[in-house]
Amino acid sequence: MVKNAVGRELPEKIGNYVVKPYKGPGAELDWDKPACTNRVPRLSPAGGSKVAASLKDAIIKSGLKDGQTISFHHCFREGDHIIGQVLTICRELGLKGLTFAPSAVVNVKNPSVIDFVKDGTITNIQASGIRGSLGDGVLEGCMENPVILRSHGARPRAIEMGELSIDVAFIGASAADDYGNCTGQIGPNACGSLGYAMIDAYTAKHVIVVTDNLVEYPCCPASISQMYVDQVAVVEDIGDPAKIGAGAARMTKNPRDLNIAAKCAEVITASRRFKDGFSFQTGVGAIPIAATIYLSEKMEEQGIKASFTLGGTTSNMVDMFRKGQIRVIESSQSFDAVAARAIIEEPNIVEIDNALYADPYTKGSILSKLDFGLLAALEVDTDFNVNILTGSSGEMMAGMGGGPDVAADAAVSIVVVPIVRGRTPSITKRVFTCCTPGDTIAMVITEAGIALNPKYPLYEELKEDLEKTNLKLVTIEELQQLAESLCGTPKPIETTDKVCVVVEYRDGTVIDVIRQIKK
Amino acid sequence: MELKKPAVAGTVESCDCQVSIFPNPGQGLDVSVESNVKAIFGDSIIESTKDELAKHGVKDAIVQINDKGAFDWIIRARVACAAYRAAEQKFNWKEVE
Repeated sequence: MVKNAVGRELPEKIGNYVVKPYKGPGAELDWDKPACTNRVPRLSPAGGSKVAASLKDAIIKSGLKDGQTISFHHCFREGDHIIGQVLTICRELGLKGLTFAPSAVVNVKNPSVIDFVKDGTITNIQASGIRGSLGDGVLEGCMENPVILRSHGARPRAIEMGELSIDVAFIGASAADDYGNCTGQIGPNACGSLGYAMIDAYTAKHVIVVTDNLVEYPCCPASISQMYVDQVAVVEDIGDPAKIGAGAARMTKNPRDLNIAAKCAEVITASRRFKDGFSFQTGVGAIPIAATIYLSEKMEEQGIKASFTLGGTTSNMVDMFRKGQIRVIESSQSFDAVAARAIIEEPNIVEIDNALYADPYTKGSILSKLDFGLLAALEVDTDFNVNILTGSSGEMMAGMGGGPDVAADAAVSIVVVPIVRGRTPSITKRVFTCCTPGDTIAMVITEAGIALNPKYPLYEELKEDLEKTNLKLVTIEELQQLAESLCGTPKPIETTDKVCVVVEYRDGTVIDVIRQIKK
Repeated sequence: MELKKPAVAGTVESCDCQVSIFPNPGQGLDVSVESNVKAIFGDSIIESTKDELAKHGVKDAIVQINDKGAFDWIIRARVACAAYRAAEQKFNWKEVE
């Protein structure tokens, strides 16, 4: 056993996986080789078409073999119908031992991914999160090899360092032409940005674009260019448009969430960094969306405009853009139908590669230029460590998303969280799973007050700015005690020694593991 | 306090719990819990239920708790209410400090 820099006990090896313990944020890599890619230069078919007879034919022609790695993007979210189709065909072809490597959490049902794990089609998973029946199955110990979870910024780095080596990438697109140019911006199933598919397209050995909407050549805009695409498979159905592009999220009416959101907008406004040309990222969820709306009001009052906003785009940000409050929206993902359409309607709403968004090991991610970043959390502990993966009973709830990336690179990283949810305390003595190190968190905003992290580099500046306001500053220990006085002391979740999930930090070191839950 | 009939208190709204109680003459206490926080608070819910019943002198009862994440004092109040309904007795508010 070794202890990493956030005090987590880790085995030195988990099967064949060699654990490199997390040493701290902002570490340089032990790596001096060129970036890895599996893309092979070869003569392209002149003139003709890359359209395969069927998805099955495309998979056969790709040469996919037992034990290889297949990847998917998550831009269709819960509405995705491609993963199920591809896995079903892999099973029909008798393929075994595949590594399943989607760009984020996928919770596909009917069929569920767990079915393909149980029959041996899939033996390894690398993702950003797992949940539902797959999450339950994994924590019950149904997989021999641990699932590897990474943040959005960590995935492209892992690909470029060969830790995730993609053989066949399946890229769902709401429109594609017969030569492989494709996009998510047009067509009946438009999902907006294909930011998470780009690194897969650039580095996979074989790239199959899957669409239900074949358009005349050339497909314009082309989010992924023909030069990266081997085949185009036309299927009847790529997804459920109601789930891919649900309407704009409405403002929450929950008074507690509104209270936290209002405080969040006040904190940003009180900062000396809130001035013309500032930048922010809020994300999706009830509190972030309400915070965005409150921030918009404050910006209007004070006549302050933002230079850019980043990451997942929501309709509220598009509203702010159209009011002239944001100059550029850098969109790696579109969270609703309004945001999905906006990329094609507005030249300054830009589709960006996820690596450009969040990968610290490129020559510069946009996150490095971000002033304020909002983070959601399931739990925060008195060391400010954040859990965004596991719920109160140890169950897999969500994905890493860009949380660890935003925390590390935004100048001011703000966690917004109620101190209790139902009877579950959100501020605890020790998070069940550490995903984001406390050293990278500036503050936690709750309905019961704001706790600044004394270890954060900008602590003095933030304290000085916030002391000029009427906002209530408390310690994180006070918040934890208040939560416990309401909920009672939760019984610790018991686990066995078997490691089911490895949680990697941005640099590929291990920040935590999740062990099999004792039943 | 002797239970005369089955009784129910509480709801299955979020952050509440529904307590069903049945007479169990001479058979002691049998408490079962369904809860979305059973893993971390299941034992605590059973303990509080037994403690609350003891306070009101209930020795024999079957109690089924369908908990939706209620705080401890809510669980205690629902248990006491169900017990008094089952015993067909009026709660003496003067006992409450």
